[in-house]
Amino acid sequence: MQKGFALAATLLAAAVVVFLALEVLPGDPAAVSLGTGARPDTLAALRAQMGLDQPLPWRFGSWIGRLVTGDFGHSITYGTPVAQLIAQRIAVTAPLAVAASVLATVVGLPLGVLAAARRGRLADRAVRVGSQVGLAVPNFWLGLLLVLLFAVHLGWLPAGGFGGWSDPLAAARALLLPAVALALPQAAVLARVARGATLETLQADYVRTARARGLSRSAALWRHAVPNALGPMLTIWGLQLAFLLAGAVIVENVFALPGLGRLLFQSVTSRDLVVVEDLVLLLVAVVVVVNAVIDALQLALDPRLRPA
Amino acid sequence: MRFGAAILLLLVAAALLSVVWTPFPPNALDIPHRLLPADAAHPFGRDQYGRDVASLLLAGARETLLTSVVAVSVGLAVGVPAGVAAALGGVGDAVLMRAADLVFAFPALLVAVMLTAATGPGVGVAIVAIGVFTASVFARVARNAAAGVWGREYVLAARVCGRGTVAIAVRHVLPNIAGILVVQAALQLGLAIVADAGLSYVGLGAQPPTPSWGRMLNDAQTYVWRAPWLAIVPGAAIAVTVFGLTLLGDGLRDRLDPRLR
Repeated sequence: MQKGFALAATLLAAAVVVFLALEVLPGDPAAVSLGTGARPDTLAALRAQMGLDQPLPWRFGSWIGRLVTGDFGHSITYGTPVAQLIAQRIAVTAPLAVAASVLATVVGLPLGVLAAARRGRLADRAVRVGSQVGLAVPNFWLGLLLVLLFAVHLGWLPAGGFGGWSDPLAAARALLLPAVALALPQAAVLARVARGATLETLQADYVRTARARGLSRSAALWRHAVPNALGPMLTIWGLQLAFLLAGAVIVENVFALPGLGRLLFQSVTSRDLVVVEDLVLLLVAVVVVVNAVIDALQLALDPRLRPA
Repeated sequence: MRFGAAILLLLVAAALLSVVWTPFPPNALDIPHRLLPADAAHPFGRDQYGRDVASLLLAGARETLLTSVVAVSVGLAVGVPAGVAAALGGVGDAVLMRAADLVFAFPALLVAVMLTAATGPGVGVAIVAIGVFTASVFARVARNAAAGVWGREYVLAARVCGRGTVAIAVRHVLPNIAGILVVQAALQLGLAIVADAGLSYVGLGAQPPTPSWGRMLNDAQTYVWRAPWLAIVPGAAIAVTVFGLTLLGDGLRDRLDPRLR
């Protein structure tokens, strides 16, 4: 109950930030939509129609009120409901983000645990250097390199574009390279965190006790050290989600994917503020909600975190 | 770690050098020789306007370094005092940490998108966007590090001697958390360089004609079939720089934290 309240408060605070950033800073969406040669009376009429002549708190309230009821407003440039635009584009961005995040998790976590278990040896050094390289390679550059290798050079996969989900195989092929480009830096972060967290728990008393009780090294690792290290890993995983979504927005650009990222940049360029507001808030809300769920999950999994 | 420090020095040297000298003027157009591959005079070839890629790379180092150093400095200047103050506890602590949590949900990209929508793109947008995020990281790090220091005996002793809170923060708390902050600054500088490249890549950061590594990559994308080196060279510059900074940060951390040896 209290958690739910905190979540709602955070979301509301995020909405205030987005609203203030876009509405208080100078710029008039009505003037942009009419162009420079607009007559003053036409401008005033459009401002009234868009509600821009209303006081700020009222506009904020009505924006939130409409969002809560599922009305995301109308795009000025597309002339369609924003909800419809988002629904079309999310069919590209959501699978991309999920695929990248699964890939990063199944690659990053086991490598981090492996490095911790073989601390100071070759595997550890390889994982450490690998993750330092992974952190240094920007995902959009990796995307370009993958295009160079797999599209230009080998010709195995498309360089970009997306034909929709009516042909699932083609859609998966179109999303494969972007997902890999997006996953690598994430995997690097997760491997670093998994290594650090596992090293901590490997030194804990319960692992020593388990070993003293006669458990083998690997049994102590998998039954005691790793499960206890999952908490910190999960927390960082949640914090990384914001970067993953931001990365998806950029990587979509590399591969000319018609996702939320492209919509966002087109709306910024055409100053379609309604779309920008809704999209930024949507992305932030996803991050906030997922992190709240992770927090709740941590409490459910680890009784030590609960208040006495 | 030495390698990382060397890379950082090299970047600074390249940026300084580009102020007084580049092999060719970075924005000198030479359309008849556009997209020519590397030769002796142009070790990294030429771009779609016939500009010398090596010169653009040197000049781009300046933009990258300036944006990321200023952004990280802003982050330090805002985040550290806030974090040190929050470590004292109380209402300020709760408010600040909620605010830092909120900022974590806004990656630099989204802040840059909002600022650009409101004011138009530019280096200033990149600096503010990266700076806001960096400030929240430093606030968190400084708070956690300072929390242990405020309760120490020497702080208590200074208080008994009649020193004010600000004086204690400057004389006793800051020196004791400086190491952690330096490590974090090296890592954040690397992240800032990646973020800045990303922002200028999508057109929210440095604008033409300012040479920038991120925009070079964006330009390269169109010509990836004809002139692949245009896509390889600036990205490699970013990756090597950030790799160096990560090594530097990790090396400093290992040196400061004996538990990790």
